[in-house]
Amino acid sequence: MRGEGERNDLEQAAELFTPLLLTTDENFAPGHRACIGCGEALAVRHVCKALGTNVIVVNATGCIEIFSSLLPQTTWRLPWIHTLFENVGAVVSGVESAYKARIRKGKIPDRGVKFVGIAGDGGTTDIGLQALSGALERGHNILYCCFDNEAYMNTGIQRSSSTPYGAWTTTAPVGKHSIGQMTWKKNMPEIVVAHRIPYMATACPSYPLDLMEKVQKGLETEGPAYLHILSVCPTGWRCAPEETIEFGRLAVETGIFPLYEVINGDYRMSLDFPVLRPVKDYLRRQGRFRHLTEKDIDRIQARVDEDYAKLREKAGVK
Amino acid sequence: MTKGRLVGLEGSFAIAEAVRMVNADVISAYPITPQTHIVERLAEMIADGELDAEFICVESEHSAMSACVGASAAGARVFTCSAGQGLELMHEVLYIPASMRLPVVAVAANRALSGPLSVWCDHSDAMALRDIGWIQIFAENNQQAFDLTVCAYRMAEDQDVLFPAMVHIDGFYLSHVTEDMELPAEADVADFIPDYEYPFVLDPAKPVSMGCYGPPFIYFEAKMAQNVAFEASKSKILEVWKVFKETFGRSYEPVETYRMEDARTALLTMGSISESAMLAIDELRSEGKAVGLIRLRLWRPFPFAELREAVKNLDCLLVLDRAISYGMGGPVCGEVKAALYDKRQDLAIVSYIAGIGGRDVTLDEFKYMINRGEEKAQLVTLGEELEPEIIGVRE
Repeated sequence: MRGEGERNDLEQAAELFTPLLLTTDENFAPGHRACIGCGEALAVRHVCKALGTNVIVVNATGCIEIFSSLLPQTTWRLPWIHTLFENVGAVVSGVESAYKARIRKGKIPDRGVKFVGIAGDGGTTDIGLQALSGALERGHNILYCCFDNEAYMNTGIQRSSSTPYGAWTTTAPVGKHSIGQMTWKKNMPEIVVAHRIPYMATACPSYPLDLMEKVQKGLETEGPAYLHILSVCPTGWRCAPEETIEFGRLAVETGIFPLYEVINGDYRMSLDFPVLRPVKDYLRRQGRFRHLTEKDIDRIQARVDEDYAKLREKAGVK
Repeated sequence: MTKGRLVGLEGSFAIAEAVRMVNADVISAYPITPQTHIVERLAEMIADGELDAEFICVESEHSAMSACVGASAAGARVFTCSAGQGLELMHEVLYIPASMRLPVVAVAANRALSGPLSVWCDHSDAMALRDIGWIQIFAENNQQAFDLTVCAYRMAEDQDVLFPAMVHIDGFYLSHVTEDMELPAEADVADFIPDYEYPFVLDPAKPVSMGCYGPPFIYFEAKMAQNVAFEASKSKILEVWKVFKETFGRSYEPVETYRMEDARTALLTMGSISESAMLAIDELRSEGKAVGLIRLRLWRPFPFAELREAVKNLDCLLVLDRAISYGMGGPVCGEVKAALYDKRQDLAIVSYIAGIGGRDVTLDEFKYMINRGEEKAQLVTLGEELEPEIIGVRE
């Protein structure tokens, strides 16, 4: 039990962060085509550092695939495959099963290769939900990373079910009869937890050590592991590219995107804030929320407070 | 070569035997009538330890094919099967192994499409797959269902081919009917289909990027390369059938003919209906009519040369479709006309549509089609335009 103002080990470690502790290898090579300030590109780079080189990556259609694989070049120094938008869960299941069968039949040696599926929020929470659910239910030994930038960004900022309430997008425009996104963000981490898989965690590249630690835990997990990674999108969020890291931190500090883990059903807060920053500190600085009234913000604040309290209760934090 | 065993097997079980004998590594499938017996039998074989394979019991056909794509890219020998609506749900994914050059093998137990809902046989699902870039072969009986599934692996996995292959069997007519057939010795099948190494396998030891994003300056060239390679696969398909004949004694051709020696009129069919058509041809022959049958075995890549050769002495060709291309007619007839237009504008081609949604086609209807077809051909020669005729529907 900590008092207000006290910081946990992780926060202190973040301050002591030194690149010497990390590999200088870049498995996700520089020179890709992401927008400036892209939180997703940063997140993928961190994830790939933590993955190491003994993995196979299966990617859904989305920002990452578009900016990393434009023929005849590739950003991937890892074996990588992309097929479609909605089937990463199934493709990675196939890759994992192929290795399992071929090792068992003595066709290839067991070199401990790991299998990773990556997709955006559209490819995870909307069109790819079924294939992901199937993969989780079947218990494949995979790590699935959802890079959540809260809309369909590479097609031009259309809403997804992961877009937060009140956000402007091109398919949830603000108008006389519309506040923008009319529905609340789908709680994908809890949907995943409901599958009772051994490891689920949320992460954000604004907290790189926490993110990388979670990637490694996910990789080491026997059975399905899931990471939900908030990826700030300056283009779609209508904020400045140099503010990416700051917005990731604000999302966490306001309780809008809490960092937590669920290990075999046990909740654990990675960072806990007995007193959250007001959500308006986060909302007021983004163009996509520019139109919100004080009343709208109060509504969002109430919802965030309620959700955060529930989460703390699950984690046993008093 | 050891002599095969004479057995009575359902078509679905014959296919499961073929998949077991080629020693598939990963099977991924979703149940759909009338394909179910194939996956049920395979699941049983795995459960009993008769086949060492990973069975991915997926949540949809879309995922069934997606898992096959992933498994194939990771170097496994894979299998899936589907039918009707399931093939439609799979449709988007079917293009992927073709453009990625992955030797996925699948069986389609052909079924009509909704609505109204029908689980019975016609070729609507197969025709919807015309342009997916797969090698596509039609079987007429359970022996062929077995043989052609085995051959499909050797064709698909040939290092000069590396295209997916699909064997079409008529739903229920073959999938649920027991026929006698020769089951070859396992060792002979194993010799015919040795293990293979996929050259661009997903492996951390040698990273590759598969399925990249193709802007306009490169996409067209990629598609051209795919088409050139796909057309070139035909010589390998013929080679596989040649070796199969040498090994097992049964021969297959892209276009097969029956009693065509002096025929001026012929009926063209695909699938199990061809065997009924043979009976009709026999009866008409016994009545003194010089008619024959052409069975289109290889649907893709389309056998232009063999078809032209088969029709070279004909005045009249009757094409029987088990599908409707709405507002156009019979899809196979359209293809046949297109294939023959350059060389045989003097040939009268008559379109029939029959056997839709599991409607049986009777011997009398075959005989009507052939007899009436010759009259219609006369009209075509006189310059009349004929609409496709639908046979066996109640007025």
